[in-house]
Amino acid sequence: MAGPTVQAEARAGPTPKPPEASPNPPGNPLRNSSKGHSMLRHAGKRLLAAIPLLLVVPLLVFLLIDLAPGDPAVVLAGEDPTPDRIAAIRGELGLSDPVVERYLRWVGAVLHGDLGQSLMSDQSVTDMIVRRMGTTMSLVLFAMVMAVVLGTLMAILASLRPGGVVDRLVNWLASVAIAIPAFWFGLVLASLFAVTFQVFPAFGFVPLSEGLWPWMSHLVLPGIALGLLPAAEVTLQLRSALGQELKSDYILNAQAKGLSRSAVLFKHALKNACVPVVTVLGFRVAEVLAGSVTIEIIYNMPGLGSLAVDSVLSRDIPVLLGFVLFSTSVVVVVNLLVDISYGYFNPKVRA
Amino acid sequence: MKNVTTPLDDPVDAPGEPYEEPAQAGIVRGILRRKSTIVAGGFLALLVLGAVLAPLIAPYDPNVQNVLQRLRPPSADHLLGTDDYGRDVLSRLIYSARVSLQASAQAVAVALVIGLPPGVAAGYRGGWLDTVLTRIMDTLMSAPSLVLAITIVAVLGPGITNAMLAIGVIMAPRFFRVARATTMDVRHETYIEASIALGCGNLRTAVRHILPNVMPPIVLVISVSLGAAVAAEASLSFLGLGVRAPASSWGSMLSTASSNMGLAPYLVWPPGVMIFLTVLAFTYLGDGVRKGMTRSRSARGKGE
Amino acid sequence: MTERQQETEAPPLLETRDLTVEFPNPAGGWTPVVQQVSFTVGQGESVALVGESGSGKTVTSLAVMGLTGVMGGRVAGGSVHFDGRELTALPEREWRGLRGPGMGMIFQQPIRSLNPAFTVGDQIAESVRRHLGFNRKAARARAIEMLDLVQIPRAAERVDDYPHAFSGGMCQRVMIAMVMACNPRLLIADEPTTALDVTVQERILQLLRELQEQTGVSLLFVSHDLAVVAELCQKVIVMYAGEVAEQGTAADIFLRPRHPYTSGLLAAIPKPGLRSDRRLESIPGSIPAPGSWPAGCRFHDRCPHREPGRCDSRHPDLTPAGPANEARCLRTSEIELQGVTVA
Repeated sequence: MAGPTVQAEARAGPTPKPPEASPNPPGNPLRNSSKGHSMLRHAGKRLLAAIPLLLVVPLLVFLLIDLAPGDPAVVLAGEDPTPDRIAAIRGELGLSDPVVERYLRWVGAVLHGDLGQSLMSDQSVTDMIVRRMGTTMSLVLFAMVMAVVLGTLMAILASLRPGGVVDRLVNWLASVAIAIPAFWFGLVLASLFAVTFQVFPAFGFVPLSEGLWPWMSHLVLPGIALGLLPAAEVTLQLRSALGQELKSDYILNAQAKGLSRSAVLFKHALKNACVPVVTVLGFRVAEVLAGSVTIEIIYNMPGLGSLAVDSVLSRDIPVLLGFVLFSTSVVVVVNLLVDISYGYFNPKVRA
Repeated sequence: MKNVTTPLDDPVDAPGEPYEEPAQAGIVRGILRRKSTIVAGGFLALLVLGAVLAPLIAPYDPNVQNVLQRLRPPSADHLLGTDDYGRDVLSRLIYSARVSLQASAQAVAVALVIGLPPGVAAGYRGGWLDTVLTRIMDTLMSAPSLVLAITIVAVLGPGITNAMLAIGVIMAPRFFRVARATTMDVRHETYIEASIALGCGNLRTAVRHILPNVMPPIVLVISVSLGAAVAAEASLSFLGLGVRAPASSWGSMLSTASSNMGLAPYLVWPPGVMIFLTVLAFTYLGDGVRKGMTRSRSARGKGE
Repeated sequence: MTERQQETEAPPLLETRDLTVEFPNPAGGWTPVVQQVSFTVGQGESVALVGESGSGKTVTSLAVMGLTGVMGGRVAGGSVHFDGRELTALPEREWRGLRGPGMGMIFQQPIRSLNPAFTVGDQIAESVRRHLGFNRKAARARAIEMLDLVQIPRAAERVDDYPHAFSGGMCQRVMIAMVMACNPRLLIADEPTTALDVTVQERILQLLRELQEQTGVSLLFVSHDLAVVAELCQKVIVMYAGEVAEQGTAADIFLRPRHPYTSGLLAAIPKPGLRSDRRLESIPGSIPAPGSWPAGCRFHDRCPHREPGRCDSRHPDLTPAGPANEARCLRTSEIELQGVTVA
């Protein structure tokens, strides 16, 4: 049974763009000395290109609030608002000012590190985010590491014997795993291993400062739940990339050189096969971040996800904006790292 | 690899059966060639049928509460047990299929409306229009998707319609990209240039000549997006941002399961399995559509 | 001439006997691509393997390297004898030890044969480290030395460059450096100049000649281009449809071909003033694919000298023809074939 292969690119939007290799004049004597520089310049350019995204997404939120039918203050005040509450919101958000002015004021404050105050608790949004950041980042990091490790292992195992039983099994498992919703998988894991068998603690989060194992043990189940989808995608991507690489001329050459099987596979094929995988991983970070919202709710982890959901339910716009800005920044930073990693995996991009 | 096995190393392209049929029939036949596609399509057809006939199939009223029968495990009376209000899980599962399928269709319709016409326009006109639209869609695409959805729901207020609007907006760039790319592909085909030269209006040309070319790949995107929308609806409803009580979707049923996990672990399975199977069926269907399309396309290419 | 005679009397470095290689076909069976190929390469000798694309010459050279399995094929019969050892039954581990210090291979597409993700120095050094046990530093020094040997300017700087910074000809030099770094006994060159510009071709051939003089390495030179072969090799093996059509000394093959196919190949050598892209203009049709070889002589349907009822029914054996040649042609003694006319 051949598993579907389309979902890897079609599932969540962005089609991975392979790094563009710029033509390089062969043997330019100045190239060596400028290697480091061009790398930095490359990174800087990508960072500049990412700034509009950081500005546009919050702008969308402002515009949406403004365009939403009805008086935003009344809408934001939720059900059964008191006139005081409406007035407070209007004042807090400066709703009597034009939307562009409000937006620019917000941007100005953000540049000074001030994300405003929560409408609900009068806490500083920056504080709230900083306090909950560790949980979410631990969870996302754990999931991504698991995805990379598991996905790489499976893909390598599968490509040892192309078309063999293991290959087909891995491909099938991965394409089925892609259809499993992360939050349901999280629920199943929790109900099996935390409630029924009680192997792992079911709920909550312990920071790393309180010890490695307590931290880890609270992350295992949610991390696996969250990491399943990216793991499956890494498996499929890496398997197909390895298949391509193993057919290439330089792999034949590596074998003609009498290199060992492992050197051919791990050194020569793997490094080249990493480019599409890293691209996919970069895009999936946004999805994993989104998935962490539901996973945090299920496992009752005090992270940004539960903060975001609370802020949506209570229409706490400043907190929501902070969350949006934070998530977008993470995505931007990860994409930047992905871009930089192209330089390592594919030296052509560096030039 | 060079001249090593000239005729042998490409068994995939080995002489296939000649296709003499018109394109559409070729595609359909190519799709039906795969067993997994038929199974997936059959499952989805049954699902739709079940959702439409829910009042006839469901053993109980999905919303009737029975405090004496709370959180009962599966039994002969209640095949899948009861939830925290004593409602029959099987009945709720069947009725939820309506909500889930309808919601995902809504989301895809929104994405189609927002993505397809601008995509055709951008590919057809090119120039500044293309630049502006592509830039907007690219931004939309690189923004973290569920975060965007949550934001839209936050501003518009929770509810299934708003949630699906949000998901539709997020999925629109896919439709845009495919529509734009295909339009650009066929834009310079002779018959389209001829149609323009004959004085057919732009709109007429687009609808009569370009749309038929754009639709096959769009059908593929629709199929995959329907699955993604089912999953997205489930997570938003799970978070309480989607469907509102008393209506329920598979996502909101999982929310109930989550809060009663200790007492009724069996509640986790039915809605989850349904979401999983539905998403899987849509991906296999999409996969079958894609393979059927490439198959008939390459067959046609050879015949010419 | 006397020197060479002594060499050929010593046991040959490489000897294949009735080598048969098969590849899987779509029907699930195996199709022979190379059939019963026998030839020898002496110590320090240059032997050319010549034929059109699809004649099986690359597969033959891969079989000598033990790499048919990598390409999905298998050696179905015959033997490969190298330096006193029988290779066809060798376990994969011992094979690997032989590739590098025993025999090395360079390919038609030098740019694609180098791994884009590693520096050329790294790629040269890794086989030296593996086969000669050099440490990192010594291997690097060896890489620079080899780059210098293949006449890459500023070798000490370029050792840290990636393949994409080299032109096609330079990449082929790197490939040669990589293969020669382990001091192999046999160098297999599979169309090493086909993908290169004519001027670059000439320099690569010159380099191969010089290296052979310096190191005494034996050369198995695979090519479709008899003009190139004429400059480099003492012995020529002409292959057609997976088998040897004719073999013999270069002088004999060029001046007095005994097989119509060889004659046709010779006629196709571009003459000054003629465009070179009209290959094999003297032979109509194209080489049959493996699995669809015609009965009788495999060349008969393209042969200007065919005799209906004879050439299409009996498959000819390789028989002695002329002083030192062997040809696979039923009519070889009956027909007058045109060789290269020496101006």
